[in-house]
This record gives sequence, structure tokens and C-alpha cells, in this order.
Amino acid sequence: MAKITYLHPNGTATVVDVQAPNTVMRGAKLHNIDGIEAQCGGSAQCGTCHVYVDEDSTVPLPPMDSVEDDVLYGTACPRRDSSRLSCQLPVTEEIDGLVVRLPEAQS
Amino acid sequence: MAARGVVVIGAGQGGLDTVAALRAKGYGGPVTLVGEEPVPPYQRPPLSKGFLTGAVARAELTLRTESFFAAHDIALVSGDRAQHIEAERQRVRLASGSTLGYDKLVLATGSRPRTLPVPGMDLSGVLTLRTLADAEALRTALDGPPRQIVVLGAGFVGLELASTARVLGHDVTVVEAQRRVLARALTPQMSQWLAERHAQQGVRLLLGQEVTALHGTAAGEVAVVRLRDGRRLPADLVVVGVGALPNTQLAAEAGLLVGDGVVVDRWLRTDDRSVYAIGDCARFPSTRLGRHIRLESVQNASDQARCVAAAICGESAPYTAVPWFWSEQCALRLQMAGLIAGHDETVTVGDPDGARFSVLCFREGRLTGVESVGRPADHGIARRLLSSDTGPSPAEARTPGFDLKSYATKPSSPVPAPA
Repeated sequence: MAKITYLHPNGTATVVDVQAPNTVMRGAKLHNIDGIEAQCGGSAQCGTCHVYVDEDSTVPLPPMDSVEDDVLYGTACPRRDSSRLSCQLPVTEEIDGLVVRLPEAQS
Repeated sequence: MAARGVVVIGAGQGGLDTVAALRAKGYGGPVTLVGEEPVPPYQRPPLSKGFLTGAVARAELTLRTESFFAAHDIALVSGDRAQHIEAERQRVRLASGSTLGYDKLVLATGSRPRTLPVPGMDLSGVLTLRTLADAEALRTALDGPPRQIVVLGAGFVGLELASTARVLGHDVTVVEAQRRVLARALTPQMSQWLAERHAQQGVRLLLGQEVTALHGTAAGEVAVVRLRDGRRLPADLVVVGVGALPNTQLAAEAGLLVGDGVVVDRWLRTDDRSVYAIGDCARFPSTRLGRHIRLESVQNASDQARCVAAAICGESAPYTAVPWFWSEQCALRLQMAGLIAGHDETVTVGDPDGARFSVLCFREGRLTGVESVGRPADHGIARRLLSSDTGPSPAEARTPGFDLKSYATKPSSPVPAPA
């Protein structure tokens, strides 16, 4: 289980506990966090689960593969160095404390 | 009088996304989601792919846990069917006998598989694919020694199934009445390219062929598929994937305007202002095509759900989302953005031989749709370009070395570059 913080564009935060095996995307869906759409259900097709990993985060995340890298070119809000697809971030105990920022729009 | 709230009929992707979006936007009235199937809402796209091979487990299909509905005060009614809408009294009667009053009603009734008007469709071993129960039956049928499978219809469901069955080692023939695969959804170039991939994988494609009858054994099991040209194909399993029909009966009986779908306006309202329709069952005006269309896709269901939830919460905006689709066949990622209908010119970029390319469709010099294989960046960028009604000209796209990623990330581009 990991504690994950989702920071909304209006500055508020939602902090939830997410069980493994899940992804950071599914954690948002399970808790009905507005701002994660994930229209393709988590198969790295749509780019609507885009998040920005908080700059101060030191939580270890898996490297992105070429598909995730490509999909991030089509996100609704600008891609930054901190951009990830939350469907490609598995929940493990190691990511406990992860903080992600939600973009203004997903589609 | 207390608010009667929102009733949503149909617990597929569109129905679920409507109730979730209502709560996420802070809607405070009662919310009820009515689904005919006995299970909570689940994902359909994997049913013709990973679920059949076992790569996607049953638990992964579930879209929301049961606790989600309780936590957000959403009444989920499963295994019950809306039987009648009393539009004047603003209430719905369910098969179980209970009635639900509403302030706003959302029809997300989806679509059902078309059948073929030929003898033998009721034989055992003739299956279709729409629901989880269908997929479970199909998975059981495919889980075993190699069988002779005939798929009727070369649409998305038919081709995904054919490809999956082939991967599982079965002998697969696809029979399609049109002269090319996915004739309505893809350009002729992409159809042709995809058909070759299926052939390479060992799927037999019989195009421009019509089925006239299915014949069975004495025990009532399907054995032969007969074609118009007289050919008889041996089959111990037949899967019918010849398109879908919108579920409009409820709306029609309630006196709502219906015609190949429940007819709605740009705000997805039916001709009864307290009733909306979304997803597969809705026929809406496309600003891109200038006529009413119906779209069967997760994207359309999901985006229309959010549009209606916003309208109910008072933030009315017309529905203008760029349509997109995806499919997985022959171990390929096929993605489509926009609409290809009415295109008068195409430009292919990338490497078709290496299965990494896109077909750009233009109408009167403007980009209207993009089909991509193995080029997810092109797909995403195409969606952005189409939503802002910008994009390269055909001449620009034909420049040697052109690709959408460099086009979209160049400094003068209308699409923001990566920071």
C-alpha cells in the first residue's frame, strides 16, 4: 500500500491510500479524483491520465518506455520533464509518499 | 419538494462516467445508475483481446470497486431493466416493479449486436460478443484444442477476435460482405495494409462474400457456413461480428425522436428537455461533418458523459470532442483520430513496411483524420491538431522527411512544444 497525493490545479490536495496491484491512474479512478480520465483504461493509448510528478519528489519511479514517451507528445496540457502517464506507474510500497500534480485538462 | 435527482439508464462506460462526473463536479442530489447486467460496470475493449487470451484478468475489467458507489452515494441498481419511461411524470418503471422519479434522465442504453437474417443463426456454437457473459462463453470455446472458426464480419470486433483466435492456435476464416476490411472506418490504403497483416498471420479473409445459411449437425451444433457462391466452409464455431444497432426501444416508446439512434442536439438533449442521450445509442450533430452521426467508441461515450454531467451541473457547452478509436490486432497498435468520411486526399508518412506509419486524410486541403500504426506520438498530436482545427497542408505533409512530431514541436507551431 502507498499513500499518494494528487494536487489539483486549484491548489487543493487529495491524499489517498492505494493498494497494490494498482497504478497511480487506478488509484485516482477508485477514489473518483476529478482530473484523471484514462479513457483507454490504462493501456497507454490516450494520454488522458497525464500527471506531473512533483519536483520535490524523491520517490523512485520506473523509467518510461518509448510508447509512454510517444503518447506524452499528445497530451492536452504541455509536456514537461516531470510528465508521466499515471497508468504506467505501478503502486508499490516504494512509491509511498508520491506527490503528483494534475494538469488543467486531459482532453 | 425534494430533488428527485438524476437517473442514468445503462451501466456501461457512458453511464458510469456520467454518475462519476456528476459527483466529481459536486452534484448533490440523488444519483441512480441502472444496469441490466448482474455485475458492476466493466471495461469492454479487452473482451475481444486480452481477456480471451488470459492476459487481462476478470478483476482488471472492473471499472470501479463496489465501495466506490457507496462512498459517493450513488445508487447502483444491477440486474434490473428499465421497462418504461413515463416522460410526463418524469419517472422510470423498472422490470422489478419499482419506479424511479427524476429531474434529469440520461439514456446510455448502448447498442446490441446485429444479427444476420439467414437460417441457422440459432444453432449451438454460434456466438456473438458484446457483454462479459458473451466473452466468458467465447473464452471457454477458444480454450482448448484447435478448432475451425468462421468469423462473420471484418469490423473491429471481428478482426480483433480473428487475430486473437489465431494467436490461440485456431484455424480462422473471416467472411465479409464488403470488398475490404473495416470499409466504413478505414481508408482503402489502411484496409489493404491491415488485410495483408492478417493474411501473413494465417487468417483467411474472404471479402465480398455473403453468407446464405448455417448448417448444423443432427445434435444442433453448427457445422457448415454456406456462402452465396456455393462454397461450404466447415466450422465448429461461428462468431458473428456484423455491427451493432442502437438500443432505442425505450426512447421510442416514450415518444422521443428516434432514427438510427436517439436523436439529440449539440448539448446532447433529446426533444424532451429533461432527457439526454449519450454514447452508442445517441445520434448527435457532428460539427465536423455537418450532419447527425452515431459513434460506437469508449471515447465518445466517456466524453459525452462528461458533457452531460457538466450540463446538469449548469455548465452547459455543446459537444465538440474529436473522435478517436484504437484497436489491437496482429500484435499491432492501430489508432485513429478524427473522421475519415468525406476525405478527398491522403498522404502516408513513415514506414509501412516496418509497421510504423500514419495515413493523413484531407478534405479540401484541411486535415480531417489520421490513422496510425505503431506511431502513438502521431496519434496524440493529430488529436490536438484536429481539436484546434489546425494542421499541415497536403503539400507540407508530402515534404520528404515530414513527420507530425517535428511539425507540432517546431517553434512556430500551434501545438505547445515540450518544455
